[in-house]
Amino acid sequence: MLKISRYVLYDIIRNKIVIAYTAFLFIVSISLFSMEENSSKAMLSLLNIVMIVIPLVSLMFSTIHWYNSYEFIELMLTQPISRKKVILSEYAGVSGSLMTAILIGIGLPVMIYNFNDTGIAMLLIACLLSLIFTSIAFFAAVNSKDKARGIGIALMLWFYFVLIFDGLVLMILFTFSDYPLEDLTLILSSLNPVDLGRIYIMLHMDVSALMGYTGALYKDFFGGAFGMLYTLGILGFWAAVPLLLAVRSFKKKDL
Amino acid sequence: MIRIENINKNFKKLQALSEVNAEFTSGQVVALIGPNGSGKTTLIKSILSLVKPDSGNIFFNNLPIKNEVSYRNYIGYMPQIGKYPDNMKIGQLFSMIRNLRAADKKPDEEVFYKFKLDTLKDKAMRGLSGGTRQKVSAALAFLFDPQVLILDEPTAGLDPLSSEMLKAKVLEQKQKGKLVLVTSHVLSDLEELATDVMYLQDGKVVFNKTLASLQEETGEQKLSKAIAYIMKKDQQKKELSYLKIAK
Repeated sequence: MLKISRYVLYDIIRNKIVIAYTAFLFIVSISLFSMEENSSKAMLSLLNIVMIVIPLVSLMFSTIHWYNSYEFIELMLTQPISRKKVILSEYAGVSGSLMTAILIGIGLPVMIYNFNDTGIAMLLIACLLSLIFTSIAFFAAVNSKDKARGIGIALMLWFYFVLIFDGLVLMILFTFSDYPLEDLTLILSSLNPVDLGRIYIMLHMDVSALMGYTGALYKDFFGGAFGMLYTLGILGFWAAVPLLLAVRSFKKKDL
Repeated sequence: MIRIENINKNFKKLQALSEVNAEFTSGQVVALIGPNGSGKTTLIKSILSLVKPDSGNIFFNNLPIKNEVSYRNYIGYMPQIGKYPDNMKIGQLFSMIRNLRAADKKPDEEVFYKFKLDTLKDKAMRGLSGGTRQKVSAALAFLFDPQVLILDEPTAGLDPLSSEMLKAKVLEQKQKGKLVLVTSHVLSDLEELATDVMYLQDGKVVFNKTLASLQEETGEQKLSKAIAYIMKKDQQKKELSYLKIAK
């Protein structure tokens, strides 16, 4: 499996997009940290960028890469290599390179300017989001043979997770604002890895004090060891399930 | 060596294979023929499990190939249209495949050198002509000296010289007692190679006979004429039955 991943990685490095992505993340992080006097303020700005850019790049890059390496995949399958191995090696190669980009592009600046538990939480969530959205992208790409459709589905998913979902949550909160909704918001946030990740990081920041009663409840829930396990568990679930579904449909697919 | 039992495959509404049964043993060179879209490539891809049949079983050395991978160690496959990673060079492609297979046997590079692919090592796959692509496919198929060779339209797009070279290589494999499955529309090519003929139409096996018995039955020495004879007889039968209905 590692052998195949090596060729996937080699291919990704050659097309230089991931290198550009690393540079972009690095420049954004460094400039945010050097513009803001207060490094925790810079962390907040960085958080907002990370939450939009990482899902988008992971989804788009992984879907397009899947379609572009279709020939490679087909070639592998004429060799004595199982389908599971082929798709998991692809996944390891793509998600590995995206995580490396994050660890260099965001990790280095964070380590220099803001090396504390908030910084570590941010890196952890950023890496997990890459894994999650790569896995969702694989699911979308494996299930649609048509390239335009696959990329379209990936884009729609991004809109959903980053924009539409928040709107829906706000709508629910406003409609039912007369009722106690604290527990419901907890459940709702688990339905979207981006939201869950954001809440998790924000609770490591001082701004959580400004979030009112719900913030206090969140702090109570997510602040403890159980909250941390819960967050990581749900995020792990979000990464594993689409990937498993993708593996399953890939095994049945005709090439 | 390969046994196919009641294979069915539908692509949406199109029935690509229907109740296909066949058995191939080593030493045979089976010519798979049939009109375009008759299911030849689908059958080949099912043997490689690139296409998953809806029902039925395929056995390789008496073991079902479902969820099995290692049997592909013994198959060399030359696809109809070779698709390779665009930004890889010919040399890289071969070293990658050899690295992945890590075979203990010395690879058979005769085809590779005969097609002069060693002089094209630094050429990227994206810029290759159809013929050169075909040569790459052939060299890959023969590389690990497999027991079974599956060649899908091997001579399409090859120049006469290369095509002769490939035929000679297949003959050599035949003498070594290997199983070769080959499809082609150039019947004269097949005539020199085949020991058996399997004719497919609309996903069904029309006949699967040895070349000798086919020649005897039809009284024709040439494969093309023998096939034409059978197709004509088939047509006549159909027309007769239509006439009967009409009357």
